[in-house]
Amino acid sequence: MSKPEKLIENGIRLDGRKPDELRPIKIKVGVLNRADGSCYFEFGGNKVIAAVYGPREVHPRHMQKSTSAVVRYRYNMASFSVEERKRPGPDRRSIEVSKVSREALEPVIFQEYFPRSAIDIFVEVLQADAGTRTAGINAASIALADAGIPMKSLVSACAAGKIDGTVVLDLNKDEDNYGQADMPIAMTPDGRITLLQMDGNLSKDEFREAFEMAKNGCAAIYDMQRAALLERYTSQTEGDILE
Amino acid sequence: MISLSNEVMTELRKDYIYNLMVKGEREDGRAFDQYREIIIETNVINKAEGSARVQLGDTHLVVGVKIQPGTPFPDTPDQGVIITNLELIPLASPVFEAGPPREDAIELARVVDRGVRESGAVDLSKLCITPGEKVWMVFIDVHVLDDGGNIMDAASLGAVAALMTAKLPNKRFDMGEDADVPMRDVPVAITAVEIGGSVMLDPSLDEESIAGTKLTVTSNQEGAISAMQKSGVNPLTTEQINYIVDIAIEKGKEIREKFLVI
Repeated sequence: MSKPEKLIENGIRLDGRKPDELRPIKIKVGVLNRADGSCYFEFGGNKVIAAVYGPREVHPRHMQKSTSAVVRYRYNMASFSVEERKRPGPDRRSIEVSKVSREALEPVIFQEYFPRSAIDIFVEVLQADAGTRTAGINAASIALADAGIPMKSLVSACAAGKIDGTVVLDLNKDEDNYGQADMPIAMTPDGRITLLQMDGNLSKDEFREAFEMAKNGCAAIYDMQRAALLERYTSQTEGDILE
Repeated sequence: MISLSNEVMTELRKDYIYNLMVKGEREDGRAFDQYREIIIETNVINKAEGSARVQLGDTHLVVGVKIQPGTPFPDTPDQGVIITNLELIPLASPVFEAGPPREDAIELARVVDRGVRESGAVDLSKLCITPGEKVWMVFIDVHVLDDGGNIMDAASLGAVAALMTAKLPNKRFDMGEDADVPMRDVPVAITAVEIGGSVMLDPSLDEESIAGTKLTVTSNQEGAISAMQKSGVNPLTTEQINYIVDIAIEKGKEIREKFLVI
């Protein structure tokens, strides 16, 4: 697709959304049999699947920590997830995304409960449409809960940015390609920011606006994550244990 | 044994720096928003098309810019290419190891790169020689020589300073006279750390090693933000982030006016 003339007209975006509207989200908890916890997460055109293994033994051994668990996060894009085939395996981008995503989740995990062990999080991007890292974090957070890892809270993530001079929530691929800024964040339900990245061009006021918008987006996603977990575990335990 | 003593040292240093912080002090006597001394020397490597040596307190690094003709990316046939690389070579610190770059180095390089690229600091369309065939490839390589903390800001300063003095080597490739690299903006990266609830700018090595979180904000000439990166496991509050953004734009302006005049 070449650059569209306008990305937003009369307050309506190309995909019909309002500036502060998220793309549709679909969540499935516990989709994998072998993993200790898992989650399938659709975020607009993004399809990601997260698996959690652990706490388990650390290999290689020298990586283990004597007072807490090590958390490892592997973000990986399938070669067929994007327009131009992506060469399989880690590249510089995926190494950075893995690092910041891990740091987005670490503060909510009670790592000190599991010294000398590893909590491994694997996120596989099956289809990408801008916002894969936030989709991955949302999925991983649910998968951690599904695995029964003790956590202080869930973590929710989404991006805000700027297209045609308007601050908008949750950019899709075209908006990301032809827009002027993209800022993914991750947040705990009590409003602490665990991931913050930005590139593009935002004035100080635009930043404030985008930041508040992204935080509201995270709060909305948190409700959906919570609902998905509740649904999964209430149906399993036949009723009234949880609420 | 080494890791044990490191852990003990870290705890001791943490206590020391934390106790100073409570009194409103830093170990080297700086104010919380004060940078260490900055020394920038340009054109230090004759073989490079542009270069800069940067000292930011105890941190010492060299940036070399190599420019050569190459093929453009298929999706941007009429634009030049900028590639930033940063190596944490074992010469610079006992904790750096030889081998392929690890996530810290990759993150540093990518944040420096985004700062230069997203601010539109270099007019990439003017780096086009023949559309679809030949463009200038600009390689920015950062070599850290001594890690005294806050490599991020030093590397960004060095990259921009080196670009500002770099020449397109037209003569060497029989394309006329050498020309300046087409600069449009001067991005400056400002890094803050959060320690025990307080925010400090330009962390020293000790401050950096005990800090839970760093936030780098790169701003441009107009005072707009062109890149941000939070790094580290501690969360930040909205107030802390807003404060860092405000002060980063202000400090960025100060440093730009003092050290990076076109």
